[in-house]
Amino acid sequence: MFTRGEAFVWLTGSAMGLCLVLVFGLIFVIVINGMGMFWPHQVTEFKLKEGPVYVGIHTRSEVVKDEQGGKLERYQVKVGNRESGADFMWMDVPKVEAKAIPKDVIVLERFEYGDFIGYVSGFQQDGVLVPGADAKALLAEKLPQAQEAFKKVSHIQRGEMENIATKVNKLKLRKDKLAKATSDKSQEIAKLDAQLAVLLAENNKHSARILDLNKDPARYGLVVKSADGVERVVPMPNIVRYYYPNDMSFFQKTGHYGAKVWEFLFAEPRESNTEGGVYPAIFGTVLMTLLMSVAVTPFGVLTAFYLGEYAKDGIFLKLVRIAVNNLAGVPSIVFGVFGLGFLVYGVGGGIDRLFYSDILPTPTFGTGGLIWASLTLALLTLPVVIVATEESIAAVPRGVKEGSLAMGASKFQTILKVVLPASVPGIMTGVILAIARGAGEVAPLMITGVAKMATELPLDGNAPYFHPERKIMHLGFHIYDVGFQSPNIEASKPMVFTTALLLLVIVLALNIVAIVIRDHVKKKYRTGAF
Amino acid sequence: MPEETKKRVESEVQMKSLKTSIAETPEGTYATCIDIKKLNLYYGTKQALYDISLTIPRHQVTAFIGPSGCGKSTLLRCLNRMNDLVDNVRIDGEVLIDSKNIYNPELDVINLRKNIGMVFQKSNPFPKSIYENVAYGLRIAGITNKKILDEVVESSLKGAALWEEAKDRLNDSALGLSGGQQQRLCIARAIAIKPEVILMDEPASALDPIATGKIEELILQLKDRYTIVIVTHNMQQAARISDLTAFFYLGKLIEYDKTRTIFMNPTIKQTEDYVTGRFG
Repeated sequence: MFTRGEAFVWLTGSAMGLCLVLVFGLIFVIVINGMGMFWPHQVTEFKLKEGPVYVGIHTRSEVVKDEQGGKLERYQVKVGNRESGADFMWMDVPKVEAKAIPKDVIVLERFEYGDFIGYVSGFQQDGVLVPGADAKALLAEKLPQAQEAFKKVSHIQRGEMENIATKVNKLKLRKDKLAKATSDKSQEIAKLDAQLAVLLAENNKHSARILDLNKDPARYGLVVKSADGVERVVPMPNIVRYYYPNDMSFFQKTGHYGAKVWEFLFAEPRESNTEGGVYPAIFGTVLMTLLMSVAVTPFGVLTAFYLGEYAKDGIFLKLVRIAVNNLAGVPSIVFGVFGLGFLVYGVGGGIDRLFYSDILPTPTFGTGGLIWASLTLALLTLPVVIVATEESIAAVPRGVKEGSLAMGASKFQTILKVVLPASVPGIMTGVILAIARGAGEVAPLMITGVAKMATELPLDGNAPYFHPERKIMHLGFHIYDVGFQSPNIEASKPMVFTTALLLLVIVLALNIVAIVIRDHVKKKYRTGAF
Repeated sequence: MPEETKKRVESEVQMKSLKTSIAETPEGTYATCIDIKKLNLYYGTKQALYDISLTIPRHQVTAFIGPSGCGKSTLLRCLNRMNDLVDNVRIDGEVLIDSKNIYNPELDVINLRKNIGMVFQKSNPFPKSIYENVAYGLRIAGITNKKILDEVVESSLKGAALWEEAKDRLNDSALGLSGGQQQRLCIARAIAIKPEVILMDEPASALDPIATGKIEELILQLKDRYTIVIVTHNMQQAARISDLTAFFYLGKLIEYDKTRTIFMNPTIKQTEDYVTGRFG
């Protein structure tokens, strides 16, 4: 067995097998937990022997030791209704007297206090119960109107009002400057005041419109009753969506699932990130990774070409190579500290003093932002690109380079026309590795430009359209924040898995794009004769 | 090599005055194209070429033969200063091409190489299309006129006897060609820049007999317009295609004469031993 080398096959094979098991295990756990989050789970009514009744979603069971040392099974149940206590509870199985699945149970997703699970009992208009009304039908009728109004309001706030706020800030700054001036500027100040007044009037108009839009939905409220019999009123504007989980067909459930996935991907977070969507985080992650690639590729490639083509062999070159390789092993938080000290405070602070001195001490570039986070990551992934590029340059056959030189090409022409195209696939491999490393990095981002909540995207419709100084949200940080910084760990757990799954998918997608480009280039510039 | 033989060779060389140029042919006088004068080459402290003096005539095929490591490729690469690319190389002596010393420090190496085509032992097409391979020399010279490029590509491929095989796939990768076709493409690439001289470093050593035959045929066609210097290991090949042959041994030029003379009636015993296959 040893002489034939079969033992080694087994050894290497089992190492690979173990790797696969671990990787697939991780992916399996993330996929199973991440995909299930949006499915409308069945709601059960638990009647306890001691009297109280609960309705909730049975999330999991576990077996613990009871006081006598025996085994005790208990359920974890999501009962919702956070305003009246914890929304998760443990229920000892022996104490449950009866379980039922009531058809008419409703789940309300709300803007505040998370989900409500209970029963519909009436409909309110202007604070008065509508007598004899079909509450469910009224809910179905009035909620879309409220949602429509909400959409319009946020549109106004995001667009026009934000625009006005920016303009007002600018004018106020100019006014302050003029007020400090020694010569008499009262005429100009008056002009500015007039402009400000116009803007303010416009702003008031929008505010009035918002009030008007909000007025109608606020008149209506749904009266609901929780399992313990307490009635409460949920006003229309507070409802995100509602569903009757025990009375849905498979297709309704699928539709609900689709709507929730859509919301997750394209909406903003709610309830300190534990509900709603992660659109700003997706946007931030992708944009930051792309910016990082754009920054790291030319920088790394140029460095590698100097090392591989121009630098004379010697002790200095060896030292540089060792340094580059060691850079890859530096803990990422160290890069973060460097980014904060050098990029944010040094470079960013300098930019502020030069170009934004009127609004100091409020920093513009002198605080964490997209551009600094991207550049920090570019620095972090630089060794990967340099090493991959150097290797691919070295793989270009010497004969091909000589052929070019013998044709009367200069060294620069040879590099540009022969060596660079032939090493593009290798460079792309480096960029792919850099993306994989960069997209999953969290620690250095926390201090160079990622925020828990940043709904103002770095790309928007307000001039100058691209705002590299803005803070961004990031999926990796989102996972950390929701999973470990949230006050309600149980409620945020599904969100952690789903976000992790999404991050995996995004890294995979970015990589696939890069791989497709690389293969396309490879076909074009295949090297190696014979 | 045994010490005895070495001594014998050296004494033989001293005894007979070494011919370094062939002035006449039955057809008339040779015009000199390349004149190598007292060329010594060192790799670091190791000397690789000893006092080489040689005149290569215009529009003839001159073959360099000799056993491996005798310096024939090194000498060839001195003619377009490819040895500059090697670290630690030191050259003294002169190489005159059209009466201009190419080792003059003021000479532009890039212009020199534009005037001298080179074909390597291992075919080395660029990882580009066939068209772009041939047009490469013109493109780096700054020519972008599509019409000129098209014309030169066609005439060069015709000149290298590759046009018929390649005309329908000019935009395909050159790496899809067979070994022999690739080598002819490299010749087409070399003649596209209209050089004075073409240097060939064992151009057929990696090819099968049929492809070799095509290359040889091509060399015979090209010699009307170009001065060709070819390094070869293949004695028959040298005999078939060259007009003049120089035999090198251990970095020294042993004998230089018309090919017929070298193969039929060499002056020096060493040469005779080599061409008849008794050693080397």
